[in-house]
Amino acid sequence: MIQLLVFLPLAAALVAGLGNRTIGDVAAKSVTTVALFFSAALSWVVFADTGLGHGAAYTLPVLDWIDSGDLHIAWAFKVDALTSVMLVVITTVSALVHLYSWGYMAEDPDQPRFFAYLSLFTFAMLMLVTADNLVQMFFGWEGVGLASYLLIGFWYYKPSANAAAIKAFVVNRVGDFGFSLGIFGTFLVFKTVKLDAILAAAPGMAGATFHFLGAPVDVMTCLCLLLFVGAMGKSAQLGLHTWLPDAMEGPTPVSALIHAATMVTAGVFMVCRLSPMFETSATALTVVTYVGAATALFAATVACVQTDIKRVIAYSTCSQLGYMFFAAGSGAYGAAMFHLFTHAFFKALLFLGAGAVIHSMHHEQDMRYYGGLRRSLPLTFAAMTIGTLSLTGFFFTSGYYSKDAILEAAFARGTTAGVVAFVVGAFVAFLTSFYSWRLAFLTFFSEPRWAGSEHIAHAAHGHDSPEADAAHAGGTEGTNDSAGMEHDHAPVAAQVPTGTGGYHPHESPWTMLLPLGVLSVGALLAGFVFHDTFLGPDANAFWRGSAFVHRDLAEAMERVPGWVVWTPGVAFFLGLALAAQNYLRDVAAPQRFADTFRGLYAFLVHKWYFDELYQLVFIRGAIGAGRLFWSGDRNVIDRFGPDGVTTLVGNTAVVAKRFQSGYLYTYALMMLVGVAAAATWFVPRLFQ
Amino acid sequence: MIGLGHYLAVGAILFVIGVLGIFINRKNVIIILMSIELILLAVNINLVAFSSFAHDLVGQVFAMFVLTVAAGEAAIGLAILVVYFRNRGTITVDDINQMKG
Repeated sequence: MIQLLVFLPLAAALVAGLGNRTIGDVAAKSVTTVALFFSAALSWVVFADTGLGHGAAYTLPVLDWIDSGDLHIAWAFKVDALTSVMLVVITTVSALVHLYSWGYMAEDPDQPRFFAYLSLFTFAMLMLVTADNLVQMFFGWEGVGLASYLLIGFWYYKPSANAAAIKAFVVNRVGDFGFSLGIFGTFLVFKTVKLDAILAAAPGMAGATFHFLGAPVDVMTCLCLLLFVGAMGKSAQLGLHTWLPDAMEGPTPVSALIHAATMVTAGVFMVCRLSPMFETSATALTVVTYVGAATALFAATVACVQTDIKRVIAYSTCSQLGYMFFAAGSGAYGAAMFHLFTHAFFKALLFLGAGAVIHSMHHEQDMRYYGGLRRSLPLTFAAMTIGTLSLTGFFFTSGYYSKDAILEAAFARGTTAGVVAFVVGAFVAFLTSFYSWRLAFLTFFSEPRWAGSEHIAHAAHGHDSPEADAAHAGGTEGTNDSAGMEHDHAPVAAQVPTGTGGYHPHESPWTMLLPLGVLSVGALLAGFVFHDTFLGPDANAFWRGSAFVHRDLAEAMERVPGWVVWTPGVAFFLGLALAAQNYLRDVAAPQRFADTFRGLYAFLVHKWYFDELYQLVFIRGAIGAGRLFWSGDRNVIDRFGPDGVTTLVGNTAVVAKRFQSGYLYTYALMMLVGVAAAATWFVPRLFQ
Repeated sequence: MIGLGHYLAVGAILFVIGVLGIFINRKNVIIILMSIELILLAVNINLVAFSSFAHDLVGQVFAMFVLTVAAGEAAIGLAILVVYFRNRGTITVDDINQMKG
């Protein structure tokens, strides 16, 4: 069953990708979508069986892979509670995104390719989470990176999409470098890459040291930090996060599937999967906590000033991943996985909702050009509201349970890092509420403001005549390249005219609304239904060792003071109130704020100057080093190597050319000289 | 008494004159042809001289062959010369430098 589950998406991807234009749009889309829904159904069976039903975890070998000396690597599927949770998340969201893409990509000329990539991604992600050894996990890790690259750059004729795809790939290489070093080190220490063996042996290695440059280094800390660098790259943690916002250049369903629900959570999954390793190193856990908290804070502050609807959600994703990491760093792996689980639903919902808005608004992504959409898009508005409520942690929604659990766990952990994470987390909860409601209010409330939008103007004119309409249908995807990145950073609602400009957005087709409905149900109920399973006192019966469970931490979480429990709720209302004040009642307030705190505002709009810093340090540095080495190459290697040889040949030829004068008598002279030389040489020898 | 050395000396002198005729001559292709004839005749003198002194007729027979070949060569050479003159309008050696890439 698990083989079918994992390989169906691959088969579908091959059919759709290789068949491409031969089998046509509808066939390719049907094959992949049906395969994914089938996989999703199987995943729920596995989840009910292995996860909820307390069935035994098992490992299913498929094929030997590498067998060299001490190194034995096999393709195998490891199925336990942790895997089953990931399976459900991946295949469910993926299936819904496939369905959604029928509507969203309806006008695109390259649909089979898109669906093939989506299915390929799903396959790689499934390989990642079912891996029974680190190398297979790395295979999936790289596979999702590849699929992410292909999908970000799906509209390859947009230079910005290509740049974003390359950036995602290159930044992830940094993380992957750490991950692969971690794998090498793990093999060196444990003589195996099989997860079961490593995790069993990890506690015995606690406190072991090795010497590096004469200084003692803790083995497990070193390994965990190296592996965590990989997780940071994939999960866009502070420092390696720069690719995630740019990845929004891809089509919106991709953002929902890869850059919100599944791939970016791979790092969290990896930390949870290796939780027995991380538990042996307090230092590593502290680093994880601080990095997670810093990311949560950073991304939430930046999200408050973004104007591109997708970028707000992207930074929100980044911030929520920070939550997951500091939960893991606090030892609450169950809470981290639970937040991963609920986040997949509500963040995919938000992204798909944003996609529906963008679709209705002819690829206008700037929230300053929205407004009042709740009247034209009531269903999308309802879904987005549910997603926002869940993200901001409104009572009894999914996000409420998981975020509460994370904050309580950080507080109950009792360490300095835990308390810092709790304070940061509470503040971030407030920011989350603020920027999420800001998004909702700007998009769905007050008056329409899209008269000034180029996209809308283009669409409105396009609808005047049938020919222009057809031309527009073909060129739609090409028109959105200016969205987001290139808009100047004028404060919200500054010089944007109001009015509809004669354009009236309409609700999306049912293929897009149905996934929104399903995800809404998940965003509302997933927390309520599953929080006891994932987090309750009997969580160990659910995880059964697949993720480390601190029994005392779970008990301490039950005993935290009342104000800790109420903090997220208060943060929710404060954020909501602030957003309502600034974006509903007094719409000039954000402009005044930006004018008053010019420095702070610029700092946030420039995303804490990370891109500028990297440009200065790494890109300029790399270019400088490149020039240096290039001149060395040119002046030493080339000069005495290839260039030297060619020059020598050329000079010799110039000399040799003189002998070929074309005059008969020179040739005759040459012949004679040759004959004379030969005679002088041979004739005396004949008579010896 | 005229010995073998004298004959060989005459042959050598003729040979050198022929060779120099090829190199030093810059005017006329016909002179090159004549120089080649001179070289061949120098060889013939050597052959006949050795034949006579060694009492071996093969050398003289060979000389006859060389004469035949020389006659043929002169005929072909002159034919080429005539054709060349028709095409180019000159037989000056310095103008014949087409034999290069």
